[in-house]
Amino acid sequence: MLANRPLDFASYEPGPFFDEMFDARSRPRRAYDILARTLSGLPDADLVRRQRAAERALLHMGITFNVYGHEAGAEKILPFDLVPRIVPADDWALIERGLVQRTRALNLFIDDIYHRARILADRAIPAEIVESATSLLPGARGLDPPGGVWIHVSGTDLIRDGDGQYYVLEDNLRCPSGVSYVLHNRQVMKRTFPKVFEASRVRPVDAYPSELLRVLQNVRPRGVASPNVVVLTPGPYNSAYSEHSFLAQQMGVELVEARDLSVRDGFVWMRTTRGLARVDVIYRRIDDVFIDPKVFRPDSMVGVPGLMDVVRAGRVALANAPGTGVADDKVIYAYVPAIIRYYLGEDAILPNVPTFVCSDEKQRAHVIQNIDKLVVKAANESGGYGMLIGPQASAAERATFADRIRANPRDYIAQPLLALSRAPTLVGEHLEGRHVDLRPYVLHGGDEIFVLPGGLTRVALKRGSYVVNSSQGGGTKDTWVLAARGDVSDSPGAPC
Amino acid sequence: MLSRSAEAVYWMSRYAERAENVARFLDVSLQVMLDIPDTRGDPWNAIVAATGDDEEFAKRYGAATRDSVVRFLTVDAGSPNSILSCLQLARENARSIREAISSEMWEQINKWYLLVRDAAANPATIDDTHEFLAGVKEASHLFVGVTYLTMTHGEAWHFGRLGRVLERADQTSRIIDAKEALIHARPHDTGDSLGGIDLSALLRSVSALEMYRKRHGRIEHPQVIEFLMLDKWFPRSIRHCLENGHESLKLVAGTPSEAASTRPERMLGRLKAEYEYAVVEEILAAGLHDHLDRLQSKLNDVGAAIFEAFFATRAEPVAEEEQQVKSAAEAQAAQ
Repeated sequence: MLANRPLDFASYEPGPFFDEMFDARSRPRRAYDILARTLSGLPDADLVRRQRAAERALLHMGITFNVYGHEAGAEKILPFDLVPRIVPADDWALIERGLVQRTRALNLFIDDIYHRARILADRAIPAEIVESATSLLPGARGLDPPGGVWIHVSGTDLIRDGDGQYYVLEDNLRCPSGVSYVLHNRQVMKRTFPKVFEASRVRPVDAYPSELLRVLQNVRPRGVASPNVVVLTPGPYNSAYSEHSFLAQQMGVELVEARDLSVRDGFVWMRTTRGLARVDVIYRRIDDVFIDPKVFRPDSMVGVPGLMDVVRAGRVALANAPGTGVADDKVIYAYVPAIIRYYLGEDAILPNVPTFVCSDEKQRAHVIQNIDKLVVKAANESGGYGMLIGPQASAAERATFADRIRANPRDYIAQPLLALSRAPTLVGEHLEGRHVDLRPYVLHGGDEIFVLPGGLTRVALKRGSYVVNSSQGGGTKDTWVLAARGDVSDSPGAPC
Repeated sequence: MLSRSAEAVYWMSRYAERAENVARFLDVSLQVMLDIPDTRGDPWNAIVAATGDDEEFAKRYGAATRDSVVRFLTVDAGSPNSILSCLQLARENARSIREAISSEMWEQINKWYLLVRDAAANPATIDDTHEFLAGVKEASHLFVGVTYLTMTHGEAWHFGRLGRVLERADQTSRIIDAKEALIHARPHDTGDSLGGIDLSALLRSVSALEMYRKRHGRIEHPQVIEFLMLDKWFPRSIRHCLENGHESLKLVAGTPSEAASTRPERMLGRLKAEYEYAVVEEILAAGLHDHLDRLQSKLNDVGAAIFEAFFATRAEPVAEEEQQVKSAAEAQAAQ
């Protein structure tokens, strides 16, 4: 039975971590003031009821992902926690500047790497690191994407340490997913906490589809007046399919699969009921190596043969451009501050997590010696896979990883285990602290870079867990970016 | 629109319509069982036979009982035309074209599917069938209504309507056929009142009883058949479905009013004309069952022709398209 007593924050234990909602003396931080007051007035049964209502709404909206293959019964909603994560305006201003800077620099870096590679010639970063990156795409060499934009859409993972400092944990420059959850979570939260929402001056996120469409139209091939934009998906059995279809629907463009497309006479066409129609811009949600079986993996069933020739000829634009994954490599990540300095002559606004590169002999020795204190990550894995959390691993697991590092040093980096910040999360009938990260979304349209004022807060629902990935028991929260005081415009996505 | 989307919208509507018709058919059959102290034939087998899946049924269940028949037609995921299977397919198709339909449609078909999925997990569904079937019908009406009100009545909508009315014509013909079989299986001395029950059940199964009364008054066999097959205005009559389907087909083919440019248009146009000029007495004299059989096979042919004309993957575009492709390519190259 649920008690009908009011929610009691006295029993909430912020623990030895930076808590998003409470300061060191267990007082709500200013941005959380209204939310904390509302929550503490609610009977906790009410909170549980609202949580259930939110989950039901998500289920009805069909915001589900496939758990095992496509058996319909195995569909699940991504766990959602109704206590929002709030980012004060000042914090956001910093994040926004930092992400714009980082995106600009990485875009220049990728363009440089696939052309003259000046940064390597100038020895600003070690050439062998880039040349040995498995995500370096030889097929992208010499490519000139419209407007010089390579990274149209990115989602950068940020975390906060024990002192509340924001760090960039990783860059996702290929096909970052999750933005649809940002939009859906917001819709659900408006229903769940309408009053708090209204009083909190939360910046809207609804502009995302329009901004994305603007970016995609903006990077159209030269000479095309009104471009035909499509979203390319691997198909309904892909785990992010709901997002692909949602974005296509919200932008009002066609969602295509590879079998709808073909290359003829130097252009890309889609098969319609009235014959073939030309395609000018493809927002592809398929990895580089699958997009064209003629150039990359010949066994790809989700690619379009001949697509890369059309891309090269500048007759179709791909977003993101092929080859961006090179800057996603976790070893190259370690050099991003140097990359920013090289192209922009600035220091990184958002710091990296200190990173040891195992291909460097000295650093490798340090990593192997201190493996029980470090997090070791494979350079080319994502989703929380290929990772060793030293302090939580067994001696045998540590030894295995140490051997792997010795065998393939280029494939590994190590970082200290950061005390990820926590946020109050509904567990059963009461709130407990759970570790969170934040993935904001950045759109690069050539003339300007747009950072969506919001983002996906991922939360590790298992007690003590640091892994927030949805494939490993993570959930999400709505992220409220507050409008600055005196900011009357509140306009969605003021460009920066 | 994309050929693949057109096909998915077409099948989404077909399966949704089929789910509703299975619910209608089963609901009214169950009610008739209550009305008639049944001593003749095997009514449960007749119900299964009407779906055309009798072999599949025999394989899965053997003997037809209330329990097995209800399960087979409602929540059996392995039965090809159970309500659950239809909704799974309708939803899968909807899922593959979420960008082509409205959010409201998606949400409604999703809720509808969840209703059936939850019912499938609940053992009480088999006993309390009426409430479940009423829920299915209501959800279907909501879906059709939401589709009508939230989707642009353009090409995609007409592909959807085409699928829906072709399915409905087929289903109405099966329901008539099944009830006819029941009526004829009855000894002649049972009297008119029971025949009347079957005929009103037939009308009710397609929600036609009240509309029939307004049109014909007394319940007489030829008039009932005429109403369900040849009435111009009743939304579930076969003729009405054919006319609507023909209209949608012309719109998606982009053919001017009197012409017929594609094979499915010609086929459906002829079928429609046949129904516009048909006389019920002639149909009955020639044999209703054979007539309905032929209709079902003609509807199948129309479906196959639609597939060929609009959905099939063509290795080469047709000549006219080739021209469009070329000129567009040249125009582009010239820029």
